Amino acid sequence: MKPYEIKKGIYWVGVVDWNVRTFHGHTYTTKRGTTYNAYLIIDDKITLVDTVYGPFADEMLEKIAHIVPAEKIDYIIANHVETDHSGALPALMRRCPGAKVFGTEKCRDGLYKNYYGKWEFKTVKTGDTLSLGRRSLSFIEAPMIHWPDSMFTYCPQEKLLLPNDAFGQHYATSERFDDEVDNSILMEEATKYYANILWPLGSVIARKIEEVKKLNIPIDMIAPSHGIIWRKDPFKIIDAYVQWAGNTTKEKVAVVYETMWGATEKMARRMAEGIIDAGVGVTLFDVNLSDRTEIISEMLDTKGFLFGSSTHDNDMLPGMAGFLEFLKGLKAKNRIASAFGSYGWGGGATQEIEKVLLESGIAVTQPPLSVKYMPDENELTRCYEFGTAFAQAVKKGGSDGSR
Amino acid sequence: MDKYRCEVCNYVYDPALGDPDSGVPAGTPFEKLPDDWVCPVCGADKSQFVKEG
Repeated sequence: MKPYEIKKGIYWVGVVDWNVRTFHGHTYTTKRGTTYNAYLIIDDKITLVDTVYGPFADEMLEKIAHIVPAEKIDYIIANHVETDHSGALPALMRRCPGAKVFGTEKCRDGLYKNYYGKWEFKTVKTGDTLSLGRRSLSFIEAPMIHWPDSMFTYCPQEKLLLPNDAFGQHYATSERFDDEVDNSILMEEATKYYANILWPLGSVIARKIEEVKKLNIPIDMIAPSHGIIWRKDPFKIIDAYVQWAGNTTKEKVAVVYETMWGATEKMARRMAEGIIDAGVGVTLFDVNLSDRTEIISEMLDTKGFLFGSSTHDNDMLPGMAGFLEFLKGLKAKNRIASAFGSYGWGGGATQEIEKVLLESGIAVTQPPLSVKYMPDENELTRCYEFGTAFAQAVKKGGSDGSR
Repeated sequence: MDKYRCEVCNYVYDPALGDPDSGVPAGTPFEKLPDDWVCPVCGADKSQFVKEG
């Protein structure tokens, strides 16, 4: 695969990782693979913006060699310290040991703590510019989008924003641009990326987008470090981020549960019927059969969550506990929830679920519904009514205590 | 009351606003934050905060 010219004299020299199926260890499933995007700018100073994941260093170097010998690279911009973008730096720096690396102070420290390289590093701050010759680059620090070291690079002459992980998607394709791929898949992957990685950082993202808008810089292309480049309508993804960061939700409920012998599942299904009949959309997930990354993605614009678990050792089941612990880290705002489950003697699952919800800042709008062993018809009717009542609370926008 | 900045992520704690999401009401000085309070953005503890000049 040859390098791809995204603008005159600017080349995508990234790699497509077709087969990666779990990311960040096992915190994110990548059913469509991903790409690691690096961009080479040919100017008086030959500049590489970001690199790729270490195991793909040779493939990136080969792509660069199609355009210039890697030894000719003068500048390397490190927007982010994470190894999927910096992993090829050691191999690259062996080829061009005189190149200068630019990044934030925290990026400098982070790169050293990852690779212990003795490279010439220039720290940059928001507002700093770097002349490449005909073009220049300016830098915008973007701490916690999504690590403390993160920054965006902008090329005014090309109206090109290189925001690293922001606006990215894990989506392996032979195409490079938004107008060349199925946009429903593109947005599905962009949503999943935001939900699983950026959700807790909404307030930071909203402020940063405001800051960038105030700079009044023209943008006609956004080239992130994963997935597809936005050129047809770069503001489509910015507007989506504004919506997500604002915790905008739809009148929907996600029912997520874990069941031992099917009783809690029966409850869940009957609740879903009550929700549907009340005119509210629902999705239902057995937490162990479904993919957590997909569930979280579905929950991003969902107002109400119902969490169910059978009681086991006076606690909720472990799949549910792991799921709720992950959800707690996402710091979901403007949501409502309630708990349910089957038990045999002492119970405990619903209390434990409510405990985590309290720690997560998610408002519990109705008392839990617990059923001993298998629900009978009367109890199933109560499940139906539980769903209906919860759907009504969702319609009211959770005005009874959610934030 | 002084503002304090998180040295990890640059979040600024403004006592006039407090940190309602963590149960800290507006008007709480930084010094009165509970010992287990952490940066609402990145999770750094109080020792990572410096007074804004």
